[in-house]
Amino acid sequence: MLSDVLSTNETEILNRWVDRQTKGSVFRADRMTPHELRQTATEFLSALRKAAASRNHDINAPVWEDVRHVLDRLSSQRAEQGFSPSETATFVLSLKESLFEQLRESNGKDPALLADAIWQTSALLDKLGLYTTEIHQRSRESIIIRQTQEMLELSTPVVTLWDGVLALPLIGTLDSARTQVVMETLLQAIVDSGASIAIIDITGVPAVDTLTAQHLLKTVAAARLMGADCIISGIRPQIAQTIVHLGVDLGTVITKATLADAFAVAMRRLGLTVEKREAREA
Amino acid sequence: MERIPILKMGEYLLVTIQVDMHDRLALALQDDLTQKIVSARAKGVLIDISALDVVDSFIGRTLADIASMSRVLDAETVVVGMRPAVAITLVELGLSLEGVRTALNVERGMDLLRARIEARRLA
Repeated sequence: MLSDVLSTNETEILNRWVDRQTKGSVFRADRMTPHELRQTATEFLSALRKAAASRNHDINAPVWEDVRHVLDRLSSQRAEQGFSPSETATFVLSLKESLFEQLRESNGKDPALLADAIWQTSALLDKLGLYTTEIHQRSRESIIIRQTQEMLELSTPVVTLWDGVLALPLIGTLDSARTQVVMETLLQAIVDSGASIAIIDITGVPAVDTLTAQHLLKTVAAARLMGADCIISGIRPQIAQTIVHLGVDLGTVITKATLADAFAVAMRRLGLTVEKREAREA
Repeated sequence: MERIPILKMGEYLLVTIQVDMHDRLALALQDDLTQKIVSARAKGVLIDISALDVVDSFIGRTLADIASMSRVLDAETVVVGMRPAVAITLVELGLSLEGVRTALNVERGMDLLRARIEARRLA
């Protein structure tokens, strides 16, 4: 049976298995060394031997914890290194060939017993292979979620243009989740810097639909409640056309075509002027 | 019953809300403030809500009502010190307090009141 074969011929199985993997077509020499592979394989095999000794083939049982642990680490590591799910699962599935050979050598005389043992081993390794794929997928998903959050944070910088003037250059599509972050960052920046004017620049927003416009208006209203005036700038001609065609009413919000125009308005509000120094005569 | 104190400073009235607002307290404030505007012949009202964590739709509407009432009584109202979370909640509730003037802090609020009252005198 599987547990007997594993306990008597562990080293041999390991050697054949590692050998097959390093020579196989899916081995990624660029991502891992044969030494690393051998180390993981040894760990996995010894964990498997201990778990299989219990003759309990339910891989969610507590005795299988060590095996699951090795696979967890392997899958998440490979997911981060950029292995594909099939490359990751092959680690487990390639063990079949070596194990079957060993089973045949020790149980060759009794075909019924051999078939039975092979079937059980195959089913078990399939389960472990699927488990690896699942973990692989889960680690990929967690990476994606983390990156989304990072992008969300990166995409909403608040820039101080002048004492009391903030600018918020928006880049990318404005959805509800993003607007929430934008609103919070802007309001917090207003409190922290005591700014009285905030310029929201939408040059980098690819399209404005009714929902986006509504989000913008909400942000402007919230800033007004805090006592800061908002100017929306960077409205491209196409966007101006869309806004009018959609019948969006921007109400009393000041809108400007460029950030420079908006900044000029802010300077005027604060009573500041910019003058060109006269060229000094030589 | 507890009441929110209204301080008179020259022609301005100062209200600092430092307790949790509930509906009856808001209505009492509305009563007291309108009376005080008339009796003190105030020209400006400054309401500081920087200590308020929660402003629900009723309190929001009461603030808007107070602003409208004082306008009828010829006084300007400024609401100051609204917290970011409160501002977001009010906007999500659809209350943008259109008729109410706002400022970041008491200092800015006083500047705004002075400027408004000055502008009115000149008009």
